[in-house]
Amino acid sequence: MARQTDVDGNAERDPKLRAVSALAPALDRRAFLKCAAMAGATAGATYGLARLVLPLSALPLPAQPTQDDAQFTVEAKFYEKLPNRKIKCKLCPRECTVGDRERGYCGVRENHGGTYYSLVHSRVCAAHVDPIEKKPLFHYLPGTLAFSIATAGCNVNCKFCQNWDISQVRPEQVPAQYAPPKMVAELANQNHCPTIAYTYSEPVIFSEYVMDAADAGHDAGIRSVVVSNGYIQNEALKTAYGKMDAVKIDLKAFTESYYRDVITGELKPVLESLVALQKMGKWTEIVYLVVPTLNDSEAEFKGLARWVKTNLGADVPVHFTQFHPEYLLKNLPITPVPTLERAKAIADAEGLHYVYIGNVPGHPAQNTYCPKCRRMLVERVGFTASQMLIRKGACPFCNQAIPGIWHA
Amino acid sequence: MDHESNKSRRDFLKNCIAGGVILGASGKLRLLEAAEHTSLSAKSRVAIARDAMLRGSGSAVDSGRMLNLLDRAMQTLFELDHPVEPWKKLVRPGERVGIKVNALGGRGLSSNLQLVEAICERLQEAGIKAGDIVIWDRDTAELEHSGFHVSTAEGRTQCFGTDRVGYEDELATYGSVGSRLSKILTQRCDAIVNVPVLKDHDGAGVTIALKNMYGVIHNPNKYHPNGCNPYIADLNMLPAIRSKVRLTICDATTACYEGGPGFKPQYSWKENALIVSQDPVALDYSGWRIIESKRAEKKMKSFEAERRTPRYIATAADAQHRLGTNDPQRIALVEV
Repeated sequence: MARQTDVDGNAERDPKLRAVSALAPALDRRAFLKCAAMAGATAGATYGLARLVLPLSALPLPAQPTQDDAQFTVEAKFYEKLPNRKIKCKLCPRECTVGDRERGYCGVRENHGGTYYSLVHSRVCAAHVDPIEKKPLFHYLPGTLAFSIATAGCNVNCKFCQNWDISQVRPEQVPAQYAPPKMVAELANQNHCPTIAYTYSEPVIFSEYVMDAADAGHDAGIRSVVVSNGYIQNEALKTAYGKMDAVKIDLKAFTESYYRDVITGELKPVLESLVALQKMGKWTEIVYLVVPTLNDSEAEFKGLARWVKTNLGADVPVHFTQFHPEYLLKNLPITPVPTLERAKAIADAEGLHYVYIGNVPGHPAQNTYCPKCRRMLVERVGFTASQMLIRKGACPFCNQAIPGIWHA
Repeated sequence: MDHESNKSRRDFLKNCIAGGVILGASGKLRLLEAAEHTSLSAKSRVAIARDAMLRGSGSAVDSGRMLNLLDRAMQTLFELDHPVEPWKKLVRPGERVGIKVNALGGRGLSSNLQLVEAICERLQEAGIKAGDIVIWDRDTAELEHSGFHVSTAEGRTQCFGTDRVGYEDELATYGSVGSRLSKILTQRCDAIVNVPVLKDHDGAGVTIALKNMYGVIHNPNKYHPNGCNPYIADLNMLPAIRSKVRLTICDATTACYEGGPGFKPQYSWKENALIVSQDPVALDYSGWRIIESKRAEKKMKSFEAERRTPRYIATAADAQHRLGTNDPQRIALVEV
């Protein structure tokens, strides 16, 4: 199975890091002991699992010699019927009008005789056990694992996509296994994951599955988080992401031209989604993949930071992550670290409290610092928290409240 | 050294002078004739062959009449007398030939079976082995649903979808397009005969020759925004497509003027025609005009009024693409 990454450019680049992330001690004693026990139990004697990567073929799923498309097909939840057996999809702002026997832009929803179907319910093409930090969610249960799943398909086409081999294909073009919601919850439990993460491709396009798996998870005491581009209509957002315990949104740029030319999407609906999530009270973190020459101007960094502070508040974590050349953008270099540091400095200066640098192993801006006393509260090595000092949601040194979901 | 290169400088000058004398003596007329000939030959030929009795007294297409219709279309296009001669200009013995059909519309509106059989017959008469012919589209189930008999038996004409062999791992890119190409196109075919259906398309306006190439890539759903423009043109610029497609035979036996690309009987009509050309842009332009006429006849809005003019055709003809011509002055449309 191909490597999967959670965000634009947040690749698992160094296997050693993955080993470290699984084995490194966390200094919050309770969390450390719990995590160590989990890792030990999960990893067993196999180095492969210690790397926190669980190939789909290794999942304890029943043997499935042939795929039956019918078992993955459910009627879509967000669409309206039009004359002549056409439909209009109401899931994402693209609002595809789809004729009979045709599919929408995402490639995973098909019109059959005027009824619109999702073809990817329970059709899992990628499944891994990841540290939650890999999503990245830094203010959500640090040091824990997430049972991370994806189906094929995406509603945009980012030229830098690291997972294009699953996001930019039709479901029948990639191997998949049947994993109904209850099975996902059970697998999360078996693998000592307190969270199910919908990630890698674009969960917007498998929202029916997301909702059902989240319900099954909650019934079993497992939380759900989603890693999404936020390019979703408001009603679908409220219905589907309303079931999430935390959300990570890839805000890919701060200009409409970038969204049009590089993403094949739109900025405005994503900003609206972020505001809606804020109003819904969902814990939300933002990732901004910095692509050299395309979205790395000072004006964009400043505009982004000001918008976040004004519309979402200073406490929303923003991660500036490093771009690596992939897919259709192989001609650009890796983002220089000073560029990321410049972005962070600008966002810090605008008053954001939690600005991180991602994809740069060992960089001090991966850690969480108290915005008041500046002491380090969470130390991260690779993709895991190696030290976690926050107590009862507050800095143990100055008692400053640190927003997030810190404890299970 | 050949005989011509043995000519001396004196001989060369002598010939030039003689040529000048002839031109001077024959005057203006010959120059005009030459210019007209050049102009005519620079046009893209599009041949439309019709047969009102293609279905005899029934609804099914008669195989014999279809073969005859194909021959008339091909002989008109290539201006040749013998039905096999055009095919000998297209393919050489030993080549592997793909017939890219369109099976999206089910039995009602997919590439006609009798037409595909007729093409296979002529290809074999031109020296292509049956086992070197593959009839294909994106999906095997869709081919079967359209009435094609799937076959992978050695030595026989092959028929299956890309789902059987998959897509190349590497992306092929041009302009707005980055796609994985069908391995049937890249690994199993030296030449392609494109056999689309004359259809309305709710996104692109029409789907004929150029858009039929959406069936050779893994991600066609990504190329429907903005009236499929410039995606259709960019896709057809990919070297594997541009260099292999040698001819388009558009199936206009049953065509569709509204509600496409799916089959809707109420918007279909029996044109009983084939449209053939080696210029896919000229063919798409000509097909668009036919559909537009049918829409007018049916008192329907024009594509322009519906804001779905097939702009991709002009893009395919522009200076960046040069896939053919959409200038009616440069299209030699011959109807038989």
